[in-house]
Amino acid sequence: MNKQDKHLQPDARPGDTFFIIAFLAFALFLLSQLGTETKFSASGKLFAQPRFWPAVSVAGMVLFGFAHLAIVFFNRSSSTTTSKGALSEVLNWARALEFLLWFLIYVQAVPIIGYLPATVLFTVLLAARQGYRSRRQLTTAAAVGVGIVLVFKTGLSVRIPGGAIYEYLPQTLRNIAIIYF
Amino acid sequence: MELLSDSLAILARWDVVAALLVGSVGGVIIGAIPGVGAAVAIAILLPATFSLDPIVGLTALLGIYGSSMYGGAIPAILINTPGTAVNALTTYEGTPMTKRGEARRALSLAYSASFFGGVFSVICLILLSPVLAKIAPMFGSREIFLASLLGVILVVLAHRGQIMIAGMMACFGIWLNTIGLEPIQYSQRYTFGQSWLAGGVDLIVVVLGLFAISQAFVLLVEPDKRSKAESITGGLLSGFKELALYKRVATASSSFGVAMGMIPGVGEFTAQFMSYTYAQKSSKTPEQFGNGSPEGLIASEAANNAVPAAAMIPLLALGIPGEALTAMMLSVFYVHNVVPGPGLFQNQMDFVVALYIALLMLNVLVVIFLLFSTNILLKVIEIPTRFLGIVVLTLSFVGVYSLRNSPIDCAIAGAFGIFGFILKRLNLPIVPIILGMVLGGIMEAKLRTSMMRVKTPLDFIDRPIAFILFLIILAVVASHFYGMAQRRKNTRSNIK
Repeated sequence: MNKQDKHLQPDARPGDTFFIIAFLAFALFLLSQLGTETKFSASGKLFAQPRFWPAVSVAGMVLFGFAHLAIVFFNRSSSTTTSKGALSEVLNWARALEFLLWFLIYVQAVPIIGYLPATVLFTVLLAARQGYRSRRQLTTAAAVGVGIVLVFKTGLSVRIPGGAIYEYLPQTLRNIAIIYF
Repeated sequence: MELLSDSLAILARWDVVAALLVGSVGGVIIGAIPGVGAAVAIAILLPATFSLDPIVGLTALLGIYGSSMYGGAIPAILINTPGTAVNALTTYEGTPMTKRGEARRALSLAYSASFFGGVFSVICLILLSPVLAKIAPMFGSREIFLASLLGVILVVLAHRGQIMIAGMMACFGIWLNTIGLEPIQYSQRYTFGQSWLAGGVDLIVVVLGLFAISQAFVLLVEPDKRSKAESITGGLLSGFKELALYKRVATASSSFGVAMGMIPGVGEFTAQFMSYTYAQKSSKTPEQFGNGSPEGLIASEAANNAVPAAAMIPLLALGIPGEALTAMMLSVFYVHNVVPGPGLFQNQMDFVVALYIALLMLNVLVVIFLLFSTNILLKVIEIPTRFLGIVVLTLSFVGVYSLRNSPIDCAIAGAFGIFGFILKRLNLPIVPIILGMVLGGIMEAKLRTSMMRVKTPLDFIDRPIAFILFLIILAVVASHFYGMAQRRKNTRSNIK
């Protein structure tokens, strides 16, 4: 395979068969729920049935999934090399869950402590977690947090509500905090 | 003339000019940062543009889309790391040139080829407009259904070596679009009794999860990378002169970019592959390819920069996005009740021409910016990747939360972030999911409408455009199976 072919046709990686099996199991679950989760009315045309497109898409997922597994099975001599390290790859996926948790805590914190404090806390704490712990790095992280708030909430007025904590600020400051920060 | 003055009037506003500047300069900077890319930036900015006028929002997003590939060439040439995925082929020629001490020449050639590709495709778009204005109204429900179906088939077949997985992902996208209350009989589909699923899964939430949050996870989980590039000394205009020596390659590559950009589901990678292969086969020095060939560099950059303007053709003329970025832009149209499709060319041609002019201005602005700021942009490359991950994750919150202030949207986006992270780790395709979601909705609505007037299956293709599209679908599928059979035959003969 030459360079540009490789560019168009990426290599298989450890863990892909595991992923396809899990995804296929999900598709089979959806297929098993087709009868209860979609409606079929006796009077309407087939293409106008509410069940038609869910059926087409879920059946497609199942068919393509099985076809992929069949290809992997028939080429199993090459797939054994890629199945090495599948477990460590799956563990790598779990590492991302930590950052999902960080993100969800940030989401919960914004309506309580406000967008500006929550963002600055989030960027500084996450920077520290990632090993950026010098004063300069933490200040940069805080500045990035402030910058993001200034651009989006103060500048572009995106719809992010003020924090519950802002209610305890003096009247004039409270209005400014709710509108701009 | 009146049309031109009306279009210029649309653009002659401070907010449009500001959007053009921010989009083009921002796009170059984002493109120059390896690991971010236009898709992440557009996904994050999308909800912020909903409060802006459509022309302002679209100009900013188009600016990012059109200019990111210019910026992406800088790290591709200087540090062997493509700024955006579509600059990957540029590394094959740009890095060897840098190693030979020709970094300035490589950058200059990349800028000039990108400019040529970008302007060439806008000119093609302008020339094609009268034809599109005539053809677009001939697209009724069944033609749009067939064109969408062709888009789904092409996006699946474009993923060579991963066709089954791409098909699976496209079907997953179509399924995602069916979740919630369906619009005809108002029955619930796959809501599992959950009220938060009744409204369906929002495209923007999925896009942000799959592109932005997943990329943040990739950057946060993988080891920190810090790159350093040497400063460039001297002017960067010489490439424009040198490009004239390779005008055949530049023109052919830009033409491939336009042709592939226009076809839904194909895009930059195929355009680059075809133009690079053409440039290599037609070159007097094919042995230089992969070792710093200026022709290879021009082929790669001209082709990928010709795609954005061309990709707007199916979106504007038919309302069918050809790839993920135009699918995101489609939502900007919908939010403002501007329905792209045949009616847009008939009723709002000044708006369409204004977008073309904005695209043209964008290319000029970007080149001027790059000629003076390349050395400053090298600082952006030095940002540690994990720090970028923090920034992308923080920005992703703005994108998702500002939609409806819904923590559930954030949780769904987070879940798609994990899903996208796994797909990226495994090198599996993401784009078919987005196109499946968008085109699945279009196909469902158009098939339902068109089948009302169809009595026999042959009635479905009894109009010229429908018949041509049907033949194209058959030809695409048949040529794919023929290609498969040929490859299998070659493999067997090689084994023997």
